[in-house]
Amino acid sequence: MTILMEAEGLTKHFPGRRGLIDMARRAPRPVVQALTEINLDIRAGETLGIVGESGCGKSTLARCLVGLHAPDRGTVRFAGADLAGMTGTERLGFHRQVQMIFQDPYGSLNPLMSVGDTLAEALAVHNIVPKAAIAARVGELLAMVRLPPDAAGRRPHEFSGGQRQRIGIARALAVEPKIIVADEPVSALDVSVQAQIVNLLLELRARLGLTLVFITHDLRLVRHMTQRVAVMYLGRVVELGPTADLFATPRHPYTRALLRAVPQLTPGLRGRDAAVRGELPSPLAPPPGCAFHPRCGIAEAGCSASVPALEVRSGAWPVACLLAGS
Amino acid sequence: MSILLDVADLAVVFHTKRGKVHAVDGVGFSVGRGEVLGIVGESGSGKSVTLRAITRLLHGAEVTGRVTWQGEDVLAMDAERLRRMRGGQIGMVFQEPMAALNPVLPIGLQITEALVAHTDLDAAGRQKRALELLDLVGIAAGRTRLGQFPHEFSGGMRQRAMIAIALAANPALLLADEPTTALDVTIQDQILRLLRGLVDDLGMGLVLVTHDLGVIAETCDRVAVMYAGRLCETGAVAPVFAAPRHAYTKALLGAMPGQGQDMLVAIPGMAPRLDTPAAGCAFAPRCGYRMPICDAGRPLLRDVSPGQVSACHAAEALA
Repeated sequence: MTILMEAEGLTKHFPGRRGLIDMARRAPRPVVQALTEINLDIRAGETLGIVGESGCGKSTLARCLVGLHAPDRGTVRFAGADLAGMTGTERLGFHRQVQMIFQDPYGSLNPLMSVGDTLAEALAVHNIVPKAAIAARVGELLAMVRLPPDAAGRRPHEFSGGQRQRIGIARALAVEPKIIVADEPVSALDVSVQAQIVNLLLELRARLGLTLVFITHDLRLVRHMTQRVAVMYLGRVVELGPTADLFATPRHPYTRALLRAVPQLTPGLRGRDAAVRGELPSPLAPPPGCAFHPRCGIAEAGCSASVPALEVRSGAWPVACLLAGS
Repeated sequence: MSILLDVADLAVVFHTKRGKVHAVDGVGFSVGRGEVLGIVGESGSGKSVTLRAITRLLHGAEVTGRVTWQGEDVLAMDAERLRRMRGGQIGMVFQEPMAALNPVLPIGLQITEALVAHTDLDAAGRQKRALELLDLVGIAAGRTRLGQFPHEFSGGMRQRAMIAIALAANPALLLADEPTTALDVTIQDQILRLLRGLVDDLGMGLVLVTHDLGVIAETCDRVAVMYAGRLCETGAVAPVFAAPRHAYTKALLGAMPGQGQDMLVAIPGMAPRLDTPAAGCAFAPRCGYRMPICDAGRPLLRDVSPGQVSACHAAEALA
């Protein structure tokens, strides 16, 4: 399978906030270690899920992949070309191929522009269709996401949450991208509307042959939508494998805990013991070695000594756990 | 099982500049000791308003119906009786602990406040009880924690502190409004197990409001499904999930991912407005089982099988 996009050694840190007292003491500025040494390839035509809890870096990864953040270290390559080395024209071409859908479509749509103008702007910037054909193409896009044709004349606030997400999808699709990176696209929606948007994404993916990177905290959605999944914990990928197999036989203790913690739809399954103890550590000060070791039920002395690499150990897919083989 | 709280024909109307909003419209259920009742519904279904109406925390709203707390009429209680019931006999836990906790008071003082209001304990007794409570909700290093402020707690710990305050006076019933919605899934798991354990160990009743059917399935004994301010269906969790007898319950379960099928069974359209209540079934415009009778008259709650009540004309067709 061809690799469409590749992240290698991707690292992104953000400066954290310092209180007045720390400033006066000239304490060093804290650093949020959002992403550390991420290696990930995205294969043409696949749906790759990226899953994890708050602060695991999944949204930062999404933004690095589409070029909204420049990584501190490491590279993002699209079709073999390094994103950091692209000229203006090349970069415009990259953005045409790689588009993003955001969690909050209201925050990502211009409230003063009509939906038609928003879509037309995307078409014009990238010269997708001749000027005369723009209106017709806007109509096609609205039909594609099942919005009424008169939606073009209205502004974002006139739509419900689910409809706004349809607008967000239409805007991303306007430039006929190869890859869509969707960051929690249905997390803000009610279950009944969420299902509509999920179905729409699945249908468009099949019809347009899209490659989809689906970022979410919802493991049920990941299982439903994706073929491969990367599980993240505190800025690192801890397990990466085929979704069905990984859900059936998770190898990393964190993946196991995460899957156990998801409430099942079968009544009466919950036991008395929690899936995992303790709290998520702060990305300001990740624990040494494997970041999961303070919460892990099987951790040994070696786990706090060094960071386990994400590699194939005894199973069929890579796991970042020293004990995954045992 | 003795009934603690009994709610019947509860209706809440908000009077706004644009007219009346019927947020809750004819809701009824009861909760007993040692029982967890889940109220599930989507945004605007009236589940949180129902919870607030029970303890009369809604201001400027018209609340009608009957709310009976251990035989007493809550809607007729005077201010002093209400004060003793709230926090004393009925504890409350909210979705956002940071909004419910006082940011400038240490946690210990906030627990003590509840103890001063609802118990006869002296200062030493309150200190001892506060430590017990932190231990009960799984907050380690209690002595240090009592002196800390809410911002020094993580999200999960804040919710535990909220629960400790709610439990301070040994309430017979706990009302929890989306207590884990803002939390990560591993922390949600811990809090849900804590709540379930408290019900089982202390014999408390619990009303858990959530939008997540998975939370209902794993934590609750009985479930009440709400849509557009109305009660669709109530019953024991296992039969309702196995054989829902209201078209909305069935649709909601079908829309949940993780059941294996390629396409989810989406519910078309969107939730109705609450300013002009439907003459018939509120779900009819989105329903796959719609019949002429559904638009003509509002389906009444009726027994469809032992312990299972549904307000759906298609209840038989669904069986």
